[in-house]
Amino acid sequence: MVKLIAKSPCMGLLPKTIGAVDLTEVEPALITLIAPFAGQTKAVSAALKDALGVSFPAPNRAVGTGARAVWVGMGQALLMGANCPDLKGAACIDQSDAWAIVRIDGVDTSAVLARLTPLDVRDSQFKRGHTARTLVGHMTASITRLGVHSFEVMVMRSMAGTLVHELEQAAENMAARATA
Amino acid sequence: MRLPCPLCGDRDRREFFYQGAAVTLDRPARDAGDAAWNDYLHNRDNPAGETRDLWHHEAGCGAWIVVHRNTVTHEVYGAELAQKAKA
Amino acid sequence: MRVQGKGLNANGAPLTFTFDGQEYQGREGDTLAAALLANGQRLVGRSFKYHRPRGILSAGSEEPNALVTLGEAAKQDPNIRATTQELFDGLEARSQNAWPSLKNDVMAVNDLMSPFLSAGFYYKTFMWPKAFWEKVYEPIIRRAAGLGALSGETNDDTYEKAFAHCDVLVIGAGPAGIMAALTAARAGLDVILADEDSRMGGRLLAETYDVDGQAGADWATQQIAELNAMENVRLMPRTTVAGAYDQGTYAALERVGHHRADRTGPRECFWRIVSKRSILCAGALERPIAFPNNDRPGIMTAGAVRSYLNRWGVAPGQAVTVFANNDDAHRTALDFIDAGVTVAGVIDSRDSAHALGDYPLFKGGQVIATKGRHGLTSITVEHSGGTEEIATDCLAMSGGWNPTVHLTCHMNGRPTWSDNIFSFVPTEGSVPNMSVAGAANGVFSTLGCLQDGIDTTQRVLVDLGVDAADVETPSAEDAPYRIEPLWQVEGKGRKWLDFQNDVTVKDIRLAALENFRSVEHMKRYTTQGMATDQGKNSNVAALAVLADATGRGIPETGTTTFRPPYSPVAIAAMGAGSQGHGFAPERLMTSHHATTSRGAPMIEAGLWYRPSYFPRSGEETWLDSCNREVTMVRGAVGVCDVSTLGKIDIQGPDAAAFLDFVYCNTFSTLKEKRVRYGLMLREDGHVMDDGTTACLGPNHYVMTTTTAAAGQVMRHLDWVSQALRPDLDVRFASVTEQWAQFAVAGPKSRDLLNTIFDDEIDNDSWPFMACGTVGISGVQGRLFRISFSGEHAYEIAVPARYGASLFGQLTAQAEAMGGGAYGMEALNVMRIEKGFITHAEIHGRTTAFDIGFDRMVSQKKDCIGNAPSRREGLLDPQREQLVGLKPIEADGKLTSGAHLFVEGADAVRLNSQGYVTSVCYSPTLGHDLGLAFLKDGPNRYGEHVILVDHLRDVRTLYEVCHPVFLDPEGELARG
Repeated sequence: MVKLIAKSPCMGLLPKTIGAVDLTEVEPALITLIAPFAGQTKAVSAALKDALGVSFPAPNRAVGTGARAVWVGMGQALLMGANCPDLKGAACIDQSDAWAIVRIDGVDTSAVLARLTPLDVRDSQFKRGHTARTLVGHMTASITRLGVHSFEVMVMRSMAGTLVHELEQAAENMAARATA
Repeated sequence: MRLPCPLCGDRDRREFFYQGAAVTLDRPARDAGDAAWNDYLHNRDNPAGETRDLWHHEAGCGAWIVVHRNTVTHEVYGAELAQKAKA
Repeated sequence: MRVQGKGLNANGAPLTFTFDGQEYQGREGDTLAAALLANGQRLVGRSFKYHRPRGILSAGSEEPNALVTLGEAAKQDPNIRATTQELFDGLEARSQNAWPSLKNDVMAVNDLMSPFLSAGFYYKTFMWPKAFWEKVYEPIIRRAAGLGALSGETNDDTYEKAFAHCDVLVIGAGPAGIMAALTAARAGLDVILADEDSRMGGRLLAETYDVDGQAGADWATQQIAELNAMENVRLMPRTTVAGAYDQGTYAALERVGHHRADRTGPRECFWRIVSKRSILCAGALERPIAFPNNDRPGIMTAGAVRSYLNRWGVAPGQAVTVFANNDDAHRTALDFIDAGVTVAGVIDSRDSAHALGDYPLFKGGQVIATKGRHGLTSITVEHSGGTEEIATDCLAMSGGWNPTVHLTCHMNGRPTWSDNIFSFVPTEGSVPNMSVAGAANGVFSTLGCLQDGIDTTQRVLVDLGVDAADVETPSAEDAPYRIEPLWQVEGKGRKWLDFQNDVTVKDIRLAALENFRSVEHMKRYTTQGMATDQGKNSNVAALAVLADATGRGIPETGTTTFRPPYSPVAIAAMGAGSQGHGFAPERLMTSHHATTSRGAPMIEAGLWYRPSYFPRSGEETWLDSCNREVTMVRGAVGVCDVSTLGKIDIQGPDAAAFLDFVYCNTFSTLKEKRVRYGLMLREDGHVMDDGTTACLGPNHYVMTTTTAAAGQVMRHLDWVSQALRPDLDVRFASVTEQWAQFAVAGPKSRDLLNTIFDDEIDNDSWPFMACGTVGISGVQGRLFRISFSGEHAYEIAVPARYGASLFGQLTAQAEAMGGGAYGMEALNVMRIEKGFITHAEIHGRTTAFDIGFDRMVSQKKDCIGNAPSRREGLLDPQREQLVGLKPIEADGKLTSGAHLFVEGADAVRLNSQGYVTSVCYSPTLGHDLGLAFLKDGPNRYGEHVILVDHLRDVRTLYEVCHPVFLDPEGELARG
């Protein structure tokens, strides 16, 4: 009898602390992409709210704490950390294994991200609960602010190594400046 | 260069894929005839001035948008979702 | 030499450095230029063309002469301006463009040849014979003329790129910039204040003016401290804003590590700054005067001479003279007298000039000659009272100041001529949302600059709808500028304009004489302003000379175009992070580690890395491995990671209708748990991509795309669904990364799968082109019975977290059954044997008709590319169509890209009958075979064609055949 062993995208690469930045992998939990069908967004949002206490997020917003809903594109959000309820009005697609997710904490997080993304991540513009689809280096990514010095960055699973490498390089550059 | 995504706001040009003139929104009927199809596929104006063209927010929200801009001054007047736009 | 008690760094720690191997002492806060002058080193470089001895001209980034090389070997940085390079302990600098030494440079012989090397010399001399240019002339010229060089070795220094965003970007931190930043910051806006200098303050650091009753430099330091303490202000010293671009985007180069001995960390950072508004406070640049032999070391701009004294406590000479056409330069004399240095005279070209202090003044005077081979020793002055020679080792010259308008011209704007200051000032609105204040705007008094910084910013606040800030104007000097134009002085000897490119007044006149009268033509003919300093010191004077020579006014003569970057930006900075693995993201399959640990060479497929083949001991070439892998699959079973293929989950009430619209064939008839091959056209009727789509359940499909076209197809589906068919209620998302998917192919494929599946499968439950879910030790996977090898084959997908584990299980089982993993080479051979197409065939110029799939284009429905695919020329039998090629000669070579000709025809383009797209050696059939496109191909089976490859010098006779070489009935796959 075979036994399949699970491996996380950043296994062996994280966690790491570089200068004032901590990089940790967010282990792949349950992730379901939810895309409401035509005219169904309100109903889907209500059903989600009913079942899990989170509504379908507005563009560029992330809601919830336990079960989270993170907007990831036109008419699409990821339900993270909870089983997806039976939603008649939406396409529900399992993406639990599709993403490499790295959490970045520390006072230099904004500066590290500024080395990788053209997104404006200033506190005043990109607040807690804000999320964006953008670029990290040359990778399409999703960036969510979790706190003052805390972000979550997601890229395609196959690019986990590149993501970690780029974050490390940016953090090392920041650390080198701090000691200069 | 920055483009105003109707969903995501002003974003860096490198997040977008450029397609071409927005006239392709007006797709001919299947039986429109070769002349109409050839025109649709191949004939484009080359405006010095205002233009409406299609961009895909590929590294962003995935929306196709119609950008109204000026090829001479580089001014960008605005953008709308292709979903709601007319050619 | 140092002047006791002078300089902002008077108490700076001593530092040791070398120049051309000679050890010197400098002090903390010095630039390399200041430290060299403090040591009496006036000769610092040789000019580009004539190898003229040259000294430090300026005290800033506009420096044309004092370019040096820092660092050794791979880490060598050429063309560093000594005037901006901060001194650090142990700095080692070398001069450039001189051999064997700076003082005795043999190429200085060029200077004697100068009568023959004037403007246009290259164009006139090196024309014939044509072949000589590349082989003879260019190498000689390159060796003789030049700047510093790169080492040619790979430099592993780190550079970085970064983005910044703000409300107001203030460019330049002199009096205007400081007040602009304070005004914007106090109004609560996010402000970035960028300045190219290591210390902010601009000219306040170089002058002895008071501001608000204290020394200007102290006042500046206080304001900078206040700004630094504000949360909404970001100070960016050592940062040159180098370019202005569309929608408020600016490029800036930050020198991060150049001032440190320690080379860890980034050298430079290339910033993209996005700002709602910008305020250009870049100051002004002083221009030299073109008088005979005005290029000797020791002749400097008057403002720079003051900078060295006031900022660094360095007197560039012991007997200083001043040559000017304005009041401002007289301050140099006053400051030096105040510091106790001899001022031998001030030569002022204006008859109306007045001495502002106790020094000899030569009114209506001009310098008509200079002496001193490696450094100035004396000047000859002609003035209203006669002619006399004055001993001097430092001449401070000033032809007036040019506002630094460059950035305002980066979006095609042209500056406006001002008769008040005899220079160009920015034209309002040249760059959208950029304002200009202070000296950059032609305002030259300190008070004027402070006030202009405030006023300009208050106007910006109004535009942004922000309440005005409470800012008081500090008190400061408000002396008038008083200038009369003086561009050139007649006399014997060359009058230099562009010091770096060795352009003289005579060269400009020659250009005009030879009818290169347009300023753009003159520039290219003489190379005026084309050096690394881009003519910052010389362009305006050169225009004045051209205007004079062509009898036009300066405004009519016009300016050349200032383009980004304002000062040089290393390619390494713009390409930061892109060396080696940083060039592009690397997409790794879940089997990557297992694959590389088996020694498989990886090839790039888009961003993915896929194995070429899996070598085994005893195999010497890739072909050995490839042949074995093909035989292994056809004889037993093989495993191949196909996760790289695009996978798109498609759902919705109109999902089937959507598929019917994007595929040329029909999918609405596809039953649940069945898979169908689909062909996707572009709107112009040519093939875009192909793949299979499986129906997983009601209104639920998963589409596969080729690896190469996955992104393109996703973009296309977005386009169709959003723009063309928003009426269709369908939703889709990529699941490429969700599933690790493996092809299991070969007669023993089912046996292998049954060793790992929770429930056994057989031919009845899983016929050819079936799909559905299967369990593997409790994990739910998806199984598709499809084949790209022609064998009895499956693709098994599991959530990607289990990919590595499943690949291990599958390959281990396969090896136990006489099979194993196979790579791209074997995959390619097997698909050619079966006549299956890839993007080698559907390369963008082929139609469904061309590949023999015309009947797949359903005429019962509309689809993308339907009507255009029926256009007359696209159904012409004479089009090149897909065929197979098999050899007639036993050892005949078959090469991809070769063209096909009928026997006896000349192998020229017009006779080409088609071309070869894919070739391989088939171990199954024992010979080479290929796929090709041939005119009227399907009607020519059995004909002989000659394959000609001019590049590889191959001519072979081949027979045209059906493109499916193996198992044409497809019985193996169904077995």
